[in-house]
Order: sequence, then C-alpha cells, then structure tokens
Amino acid sequence: MGKSCMTTPLVEVENAQLHYKVGSAASAMFGLPSVVKAVDGISFRLNAGESVGLLGESGCGKTSMGRLLVRLEEVTGGSARFDGAEIADLKGSDLRRFRSRSQMIFQNPFDAVNPRYSIKKTMAEPLGNAGIPKSEWHDRIVTALELVGLAEPAQYLDRFAHQLSGGQLQRVVMARALILEPDFVVADEPVSMLDVSVRAGVLNVFRDVRDKLGLTAIYISHDLALVRYVCERTIVMYLGRIMEDGPTEDIVREPLHPYTQALVAAVPTPKADQSHDPLPIGRGAPDPRNPPSGCVFRDRCPKAFDRCASDVALPQKVGTRTVACHLFDGAV
Amino acid sequence: MSEPLLSVKDLSIAYEIPGLDVVAVSNASFDVPKGSIVGLVGESGCGKTTMARAFTRIIADNAKITHGSMMFDGQDLAKLSERDMNALRWRDIAFVPQSAMNSLDPVYRVEYQLGEVLRGRGGMSRKQAHARAIELFEMVGIETNRLRDFPHQFSGGMRQRVAIALALALNPKLIVADEPVTALDVIVQRQILDQMRELQRDLGISIIMVTHDISVVAYICDRTVVMYAGEVVEVCDTATLLSEPLHPYTMGLKNAFPDIASAGTGTLTPIAGAPPDLVHPPSGCRFAARCPFAKDRCRAEAPVLKQAAEGHTVACHRADEAVSLRARAAEPETWEKVA
Repeated sequence: MGKSCMTTPLVEVENAQLHYKVGSAASAMFGLPSVVKAVDGISFRLNAGESVGLLGESGCGKTSMGRLLVRLEEVTGGSARFDGAEIADLKGSDLRRFRSRSQMIFQNPFDAVNPRYSIKKTMAEPLGNAGIPKSEWHDRIVTALELVGLAEPAQYLDRFAHQLSGGQLQRVVMARALILEPDFVVADEPVSMLDVSVRAGVLNVFRDVRDKLGLTAIYISHDLALVRYVCERTIVMYLGRIMEDGPTEDIVREPLHPYTQALVAAVPTPKADQSHDPLPIGRGAPDPRNPPSGCVFRDRCPKAFDRCASDVALPQKVGTRTVACHLFDGAV
Repeated sequence: MSEPLLSVKDLSIAYEIPGLDVVAVSNASFDVPKGSIVGLVGESGCGKTTMARAFTRIIADNAKITHGSMMFDGQDLAKLSERDMNALRWRDIAFVPQSAMNSLDPVYRVEYQLGEVLRGRGGMSRKQAHARAIELFEMVGIETNRLRDFPHQFSGGMRQRVAIALALALNPKLIVADEPVTALDVIVQRQILDQMRELQRDLGISIIMVTHDISVVAYICDRTVVMYAGEVVEVCDTATLLSEPLHPYTMGLKNAFPDIASAGTGTLTPIAGAPPDLVHPPSGCRFAARCPFAKDRCRAEAPVLKQAAEGHTVACHRADEAVSLRARAAEPETWEKVA
C-alpha cells in the first residue's frame, strides 16, 4: 500500500456507490424498499500493472463494480477515477480514448460475440470504432489472435462463433479486448463457461498476456482457487461492500473476516482427503433490497455480537490487510 | 460385495441422424453399489448426460440403446416396456435434470409441482401430498411456509433444493443428478453437496452424479467413472482414482485443476487439443491424439475396459506402466510436447 502514496494509481475508487432503482410504484406502496445497493461505499486503488481478484457470491456486486470501471454503468455516488479522471464525467474524445484503454472480457463467449459476424468482422469492429486505418487491420487481427495462443490465426478469420470450441472462442473474445492495446482489463468469470480441460489453457494465456503487456487487471470470480492462480491481491465483497482486501496468499492461508473464512472453506479441492466440516456460515444471503442493519454479514455470521447489529463495520487495517469486521476493533 | 443396485454392461447408445449413426456412448460398463454416490465425470460431449438419461430412458427420440444392459433390481432397464419403465420413474429412479433450477414451471406454485408427482405418480390424496411436501421441504432445508411460493421467488440454490425435493418425493432407490451444482456459487455448492450426502446416508439411497468438475467428485463421490469421447476409460473408488490414476486422461485432468490446499499456485497444465468427432471416431484409442504416451499400437487398436486391480478398471494399452507414466504426467513439459 505504501507504493500508492508515491505513484498515481491507475484506478482509484472512493466510496463508490451504484444504487439500482427496482420494483414498481405498487411495491413501494406496500413499503418494500425500492433500491438495491449493488455497490455501496467501495474504496480501493490499483497501481499500473497490478492485478486484483474481486471475489464473492452472486449478487455481491462484483460484476457491477467491474462494469463501473469500464463505464458500462455510472456511479450514483462517490467516485471512480481512471488515470486521474472521473470515469462518469468523460465525454467526446476523452471518452473514446478511455473506451480503447479499458476493456472487458465477458463471462460467456457465446453471448459476447455476434453469431452472424465472422471472426474477422468481430475483431475488426473495435478497430473501426477507434479509427484505425483499414490497411493495418489484417496484421493487427492476426497479431492479437496469435497473442492469445491461437496457432495459425488466418484459419479462423472466416469462421463463425459456432464453428469454434468454447476455449477457442473465449480466446477470440480476449483477443478482441486486447486488439486496441488497452492498459486496463476487467475479466468477468472468463472461464466459468468452459470445459475443465481447457480452462487451464485460457487462464495461462490470461496470465501470460497480462504480464507481457503489463496490463492492470481485475479478475472477477466466486472461486478463490481461480483468483489465486491469476491475482496476487484479492478483494472480498459481500452485499455491495468490501469485507477483506489483501495479498491473496495471506487470505488463502489465514482468512481474517468470518465471511472470507467460509469462502475459503467452501472451495473444493481435487483431493480425496478434504474437510467435510459444516461451513461456518448461515444459509441464504439476505434480500439485497433489505440488508441487515450494522454489518451486512451479521445474520449469517457465526461470530456476530451486539455491536454488529448497531454499527456498520468499517474497513480497518490489520497487518497487510484491510478488514471490515468488529472482531478487529482496537486490534491494532 | 453385495449385489450392485445398478449394473451397466457394454451399454451403447446411438443418435440416428439421416444417413449415419452417431454413437454417443459405446460399450460402457460399471456398477453402482447400494448406498453409494457414484460420479460420472468427463468433458462436454463425452456422453455422460446421454448415459445418465438412459437410466430413466428419457433419451431423445432419435436416440437408441443399440447394445448392452442396465440391470436394476433384477430388471434390465434397456429391455423394459415403456409402460414398465414409466412405473419405475420417480418411484424407483428419479432424475434431476441439468440446470434443474430452470426446470421448474414458472407459472405454478412449488407445492403444486410437488403435488403433481405426489398425487399423479404416488397416488396420494391432497392431504397426504401436503403432509409429504412439508416433510420434503424440511428434508432439503427450506422453510415450509415457502411451499406456496413461485419458483422465481427462490434463489438459484433454493430452486436446486426444490428440484432435489422433487426427486426424493416418492422415496426412490436411485437418484440420477445431472450437474446439480454447476451453476452455483462455491458456498451454495458446498451446502447442496453436504445436503445430498446427508440425505443419501439417512435414506440409504444411491446417487449418480454427473459432473465435469473433478473437485466435486473428490468431495462427495465414493466411486468415480471417467468418460472420454463416449467411452468409459477408468472406474475406481475416488480416493484411489485421485492418488493412483491409471489412465493418462485422468492424470491430465488432475493437472488441469487449481488446488487451494497446495502450497503454491504452481502451473496448471491443460490437455491440449479437443475430443475427436464422434461421427468419425478414430480407429484406435480415442484419447491417443491428445495423449503424451501414445504408441503405434494405441493409434491402431482400441483398448478395452479391463480390470487392473480389485475394483479398478481401465481402458489403456499402457496401464501396466502407470507408475512411471504418472511420474512423467506430473511434469508440465510432458503435455506440452503433444501440443
């Protein structure tokens, strides 16, 4: 963290909020809250070249957070800055420049590619949008496809999405994200739709390309084993808030937040001798429209006490990490 | 060993497409012992779902069981009349389809859907069905006041529990679950797996679990059947399969998985290439093209499934060299050479 005082971070999120209005006038009449706080007061910084995993269950707001950073959504409160500029305020040529510098890799490659476009056309679209001269297109497309480990790229150019395997298509999606040479990439569960024998290949490509191009990256997943494979730092989210933030190895070895402890314990391993102890967590996440008072995790937390219901648990520093839990109040 | 609950022998299933037959499952053999959880593991297109559906004979119209037998409780499921087969469904063998959470009808209350099975299949009265529905919800851990809810009011994990409750409705001896936890988060996945194990023990039933995830198999399955390109390539108790695999494909699958319990992150090694086209399967071993240990014989002659040790069968020409192959399979370079 010391570094961030010296250099300007590439991505800087401060108390960011993304509140969705939901429900109808009728549900409001019955007293149902009509706002879902998908992102509710998140702060973190990412230095250039740093990778972080956003970890949490579905509905925790990790994808919303990622979408904010590539401006597929805009903050409804707080701030999210990219290279010093407020992302939501970008306009005109600045916005166009931002669009080529930040990219997203989507979860399901078959949804992320137009089935009626050839791979060539799929790859050319961002080049056209960014105003790259047509004479350069072919070479740039071939180079990008090679970069993601597709051998003899020319053979793919005239094919369509359904003629590729899931692993090949996800590489194409990755190549499309990289073709404008971005600085920053958000990958949203990029291997969850892929067969296991090819997952490893796509993860390896992601890691290699990121290191080779010095990319700043966010990797969104619910599986700590995967996050650990690609990111040195992990941010654990729950109901729109950060529960824990720190070096991935520390989190895997000794998770501090009770929620992280449950997440770590839940990851199955390909070994026969693993713990079958019940998970230290209550069942069922609460309705996001109506989260618990105080600490949002308290109604599933085995260690909750009085203060957890009355006071919001704010992030505090514990060693190498930031933890939002009252168990650590006054620990340092 | 006592008589297995289900004994699959030389089972072949083909899809008839005008002009040709695509053999999706060929000569599969394995047993499901009473009171056990058996995993069917393999990549998409390996035939695991086709085979799982065959146990309740709910295969596609153009699919045909061309060969072999499935002995269940003294009857061959492959030969039963449609009428007798129908009598077994839900009552003796229940099927939980893939993405069961989307298989509930959105316009009916959950209790109504349970009632369809309980009253229609089980011949219960309205009152009995209601009592049983309450019991089932308690078994799978859902509050019983939610019986009158519609499927969209449940989270994904709860819908999966409802699907399991449906399968349990008439006390079957065997539940076939197709990828029951694939779309779920790790925490919900773990809770569902724990619930399935608990129910299996309490009720003494058997479960066949179809999955592509070897860590799910490691967590819950007593025995594991590994499938590749329509064939069963290895069958063994799960602990031995993971520690001493005999088939190179099983060895490769293990390398491709991240292990959170390992000391470092290491390097994951993919199995290069893709499974063969089942319309024109290769003449020799179907894994040969991706196998770092393939020899001329492997490409010429298909290996047959045979017993390598007590309770451990494998289809590989080089199975007797497994100890040295395992050592080489642990090295990432071994797999790079094939690519």
